[in-house]
Amino acid sequence: MRKERLAKLLFGIGALALALGISTLVLLAAKAPPLAAYANIALGALGSWDVAANVLVSWVPLVLATSGLLVTFTAGLWNIGIEGQITLGAIFATWALRALQGAALPPALAIGLAFAAGMAGGALWALLTGALRTFGGVNEIFGGLGLNFVSTALNIWLIFGPWKRPGVASMSGTVPFDKSLWLPTLAPGSRLAPASLALALAGIALVFVLLRGSYFGLRLKAVGRNPRAALLLGIPAERYLLAAFLGCGLLAGLAGAVQVTAVYHRLIPSISSGYGYLGLMVAMLASNQAPLAALVALFFAALNVGSIRLPIVLKLDSSLAGVLQGSLVLFFLLGQGARQRLLERKRGGRP
Amino acid sequence: MDVRVELRDIEKSFGPVKANAGISLDIPSGSIQGILGENGAGKSTLMKVLSGFIRPDSGRILLDGKAASIGSPADAIRAGVGMLHQDPLDFPPLRLVDDFVLGRPGGIGPERRSAAAELARLAGRFGFALDPEGYVDALTVGERQQLEILRLLWIGARVLILDEPTTGISLPQKEKLFATLRELASEGMTVLFVSHKLEDVEALCDRAAVLRQGCLAGEAEPPFSSEALVSLMFGKAVELAPKRRLEPGRSVLAAKGVCLESPRLRIQDLSLCVRSGEVIGLAGMEGSGQALFLGACAGLARPVAGSFCLEAEGLDMTGRSHLDYKRAGVAYLPAARLEQALVPGLTLGEHFTLAEGGRGLFVDRKAAAKLAEERIAAYNIKGRPESRIEELSGGNQQRALLALLTSPLSLILVEHPTRGLDIESTIYIWGKLKERCAAGSSIVFISSDLDEILQYSDRVLVFFAGRASPPLDAASLDVERLGGLIGGKGWDEIEGKAGRA
Amino acid sequence: MTGDVLIVNLAGLLASAAPLIFAVIGETISERAGVINLSMNGMILLSAMGSFSVALATGSLAAGFLAGAAIGALVALVVAAAGISLRQSQVAVGFVLALLCRDLSYFLGNPVMGQVGPRLPPAPIPLLAGLPVAGPLLFRQDLMTYLSLLLVAGAWLFLFKTRPGLVLRGIGEKPEAAYARGARVKALRYLYTVLGGAIAGLAGPIYSLSVKAGWKGSISGLDGLGWIVLSITIFGGWKPFRAAFGCYLFALLQWLGLVLQPLLPGLPSQVLQVAPFPLMILTLLLVNLGKAEWVERSLATLPGPARRRLSRVLRALNATPPAALGTPFEED
Ligand SMILES: Nc1ncnc2c1ncn2[C@@H]1O[C@H](COP(=O)(O)OP(=O)(O)O)[C@@H](O)[C@H]1O
Ligand SMILES: [Mg+2]
Repeated sequence: MRKERLAKLLFGIGALALALGISTLVLLAAKAPPLAAYANIALGALGSWDVAANVLVSWVPLVLATSGLLVTFTAGLWNIGIEGQITLGAIFATWALRALQGAALPPALAIGLAFAAGMAGGALWALLTGALRTFGGVNEIFGGLGLNFVSTALNIWLIFGPWKRPGVASMSGTVPFDKSLWLPTLAPGSRLAPASLALALAGIALVFVLLRGSYFGLRLKAVGRNPRAALLLGIPAERYLLAAFLGCGLLAGLAGAVQVTAVYHRLIPSISSGYGYLGLMVAMLASNQAPLAALVALFFAALNVGSIRLPIVLKLDSSLAGVLQGSLVLFFLLGQGARQRLLERKRGGRP
Repeated sequence: MDVRVELRDIEKSFGPVKANAGISLDIPSGSIQGILGENGAGKSTLMKVLSGFIRPDSGRILLDGKAASIGSPADAIRAGVGMLHQDPLDFPPLRLVDDFVLGRPGGIGPERRSAAAELARLAGRFGFALDPEGYVDALTVGERQQLEILRLLWIGARVLILDEPTTGISLPQKEKLFATLRELASEGMTVLFVSHKLEDVEALCDRAAVLRQGCLAGEAEPPFSSEALVSLMFGKAVELAPKRRLEPGRSVLAAKGVCLESPRLRIQDLSLCVRSGEVIGLAGMEGSGQALFLGACAGLARPVAGSFCLEAEGLDMTGRSHLDYKRAGVAYLPAARLEQALVPGLTLGEHFTLAEGGRGLFVDRKAAAKLAEERIAAYNIKGRPESRIEELSGGNQQRALLALLTSPLSLILVEHPTRGLDIESTIYIWGKLKERCAAGSSIVFISSDLDEILQYSDRVLVFFAGRASPPLDAASLDVERLGGLIGGKGWDEIEGKAGRA
Repeated sequence: MTGDVLIVNLAGLLASAAPLIFAVIGETISERAGVINLSMNGMILLSAMGSFSVALATGSLAAGFLAGAAIGALVALVVAAAGISLRQSQVAVGFVLALLCRDLSYFLGNPVMGQVGPRLPPAPIPLLAGLPVAGPLLFRQDLMTYLSLLLVAGAWLFLFKTRPGLVLRGIGEKPEAAYARGARVKALRYLYTVLGGAIAGLAGPIYSLSVKAGWKGSISGLDGLGWIVLSITIFGGWKPFRAAFGCYLFALLQWLGLVLQPLLPGLPSQVLQVAPFPLMILTLLLVNLGKAEWVERSLATLPGPARRRLSRVLRALNATPPAALGTPFEED
């Protein structure tokens, strides 16, 4: 058992080394200095308290999205529609805050309602994908993708149409909310809100506990691995699939609401920032284990934040972070396959 | 064309299982060699080695005294070895002629026309009725075998392996198959006929080799002695439990005028009343409607007309979902255990927890472990609570499936309860099922093994192309008559009788 | 709209559907052999960028197109190795590749962004180009548009009218049966995945060297097309002509979006451009509805003739994937 874990760790390190190798090659191909690039990423992520706080700021939505995805992955679902679910969460939260801005509610209540609205928005979008899948036979990958594009269009239409800034509509988004409706942050000027950090931790902890020891988690696992057998064992498989979508949608919607209330204080065109797709990669790399997912998410968030320095300092595109993340997951999957094949060969035949 | 086959020290292991433990066998040409052994003895593995489908761990194959290197089915085909697999390896969505052509080497064009003509010619020669432009998935198992045999002849097989070809075909089809094989052998074909059924080998083969637990237990020549073969197969004489009838009690399921439709099949106006403690066998060739009906009895298919009632007339279940049926005490055990009934990746213990259900949010681990230990002991399962379900052998998976049944149940529906199981497991499984009957459950099961149907049922329903016979008393049937009925022979008589009654 | 304008627009439709056709046919071939190549979205971006860079550097259109095919083949090779040899989930690997290739194209494409490169010229066919109606519609296209038409017919011929095509369908439908008949399943799956990838890879240069010439990074308008390609493959029921119909339908919708734009001034252009996506969901719904359980259940309550007619309609619309799609096969 321990040997197996050690082997897994070694393969993980190997994957990281190969990913670094690939991105180094890519950097060389772009005639860029690899060491300087990596140093800048590190500096951009850890160079000061400010940027380190920014890493946490981007960790929050990533972890929320990932914990939602752990639920859908357990149910055997590829919830690629999560990007749209985050966007809808942001849209609903914005709608709530705009509606409540005039009302004389205590800010805490207004923000709480915005979170609730965001979760409802994410859940609605997720259930739509879920309904298409369970009642219409449309694979969740394609249903979800289609709805992602629809949510983007909806978002842009709102920003340029009904919710446009007085004067000209612009790519910079809607009018910022009243300052009283911003989620309180650690220090003035910082975007790190303790409340959102707490929400992220609560989200991943909840998913961890639920998937580990509850009937719900066990049944969900059964549905994910064999829906037909689950039905014969007396589990209403369709209902559980929908529940998984619902759970993921709630968490994704929360991520969107956090982006609106704590980070941007308004609705912007690409509000989901790709956290949904990134969360899929985090969940894959963490082999669906919640604690590991939190760590991997931290690493990925650091890469994302750190790479922002690349265009400023080295005139390189910040998509290098994506190249590193993608090749890491790719080599992890390839390594996992290789390890399984080696084990089989040693045992002589497949189990 | 005569080819002599010699197998030398064939060994093959699957993980810890030694499927073939050094088997050597000589098979002269122009004869029918029987390969006999109970399920799991290693027959299929040995045949797949000979046909290149499986590479042995060690051992040699000689054809006509020369070492043949058979590393893939392609090599085997070139050497003239063709195999009819236990599960038909054909292409259901294709037309017969396309299936016929697929894999035969040739130019870019498939030359469908000449292939169709050839198929028709060969079919005519052996008296098979096969339409080259029809679709494979519309054929019965027997017809699919016929097609495959013709295809193997066409691509030039000189050694013909048939793995359990008599399972799931009707008596007339079996007679036709045997006649065909005899004719081929008389022309010099080397035929290897694999079966776990004594009477088939006795009726057909010129010689028999018996496998037991991966080893060659012995060989025999006609006249065969059944006792000697049985003791070679099992190492000891096995005894079936004596047949004993329970007094049927109240009605547990009443199907009235049920009509069912699937894309290929229509069942019209089927009525059946199942009484508690009763065992009803559904016989018929695969795809004749019995599986559709069994599924409908569990709410897995919806009848287009008619009604299902549980507990006599008390509980109208027509159109309800499987979960409703399950709640009302109906359990359904499908044939494909690992694909449909168990969850690969979950442990035995988790299966028990799932099946038992439970109150509260969190699983009580201690209680779950205790439950698992108890069930494993009660059902004699070789496995531990933390063993993954796919690591268990087929027999143990089937035991686990029975152990997963909750109590009390009014009706247990089983597809092929003992398919692929060795005799010991078979007897054990039926022992457990009969215990359930004694406790008041009734059983409706499907089997393609006519002996199993006759041995264990009280009443039998025969299906033929969507037609269902009235329930027949099992005591009034024998293998001959049942084999005829599933092939569509002798229906006038039973229907006439039913009409008069 | 006068007839002439209509014909020019229709001709433009043929051209703008050409890259989709290459991608969809490539994917269809791969999936018919049993391998899903989900990387399509990123791969098309990478091959568009790569082929544009190569054509820009060498000044050779041919080199650009070759580079596009090579990139498609290479990405498909990774999918094949991971799915066939290492038995990892093809969906997982394909998805990761889709993201990785996209980011790679943005990163590496940075230097060539916005540059003006070579462009595939129209190649009117002598004599035929002068025909009324048919001339401007069919015979004044560029080379790749002609090839896209040939590709559809060729793929259909290959899949359904040749012996290797029969085997190709066999390995995607039931690999163990094909193997028992002597087919080298793994090798063939590699071959067709890589071949399909190469064909699909040509979609990239058709965009960057012809239909949407140039490379504009994340605003090239190519992001998302790969996902459309995958859905059209399903809509097409893994049949070349039905798939081509799907491509033209999509191109038509996009074109309608452009035409309608001026009529709806309040609407941002992005909104109409996504119109095909909900329609894509709708079409997928249509081709899958026959398999849904509740449909079966409600069908059963209908009276006989109506039930039979309706279920026949649903079955005709139905698209059944190759039975072994996405599952690995082990030769012993
Ligand atoms: N592919 C396989 N993987 C693992 N075990 C196998 C495989 N094929 C056969 N076995 C095991 O090998 C033994 C012999 O099987 P088989 O040759 O199919 O027996 P028979 O055909 O006589 O019923 C059985 O215990 C079976 O479970
Ligand atoms: Mg066998």
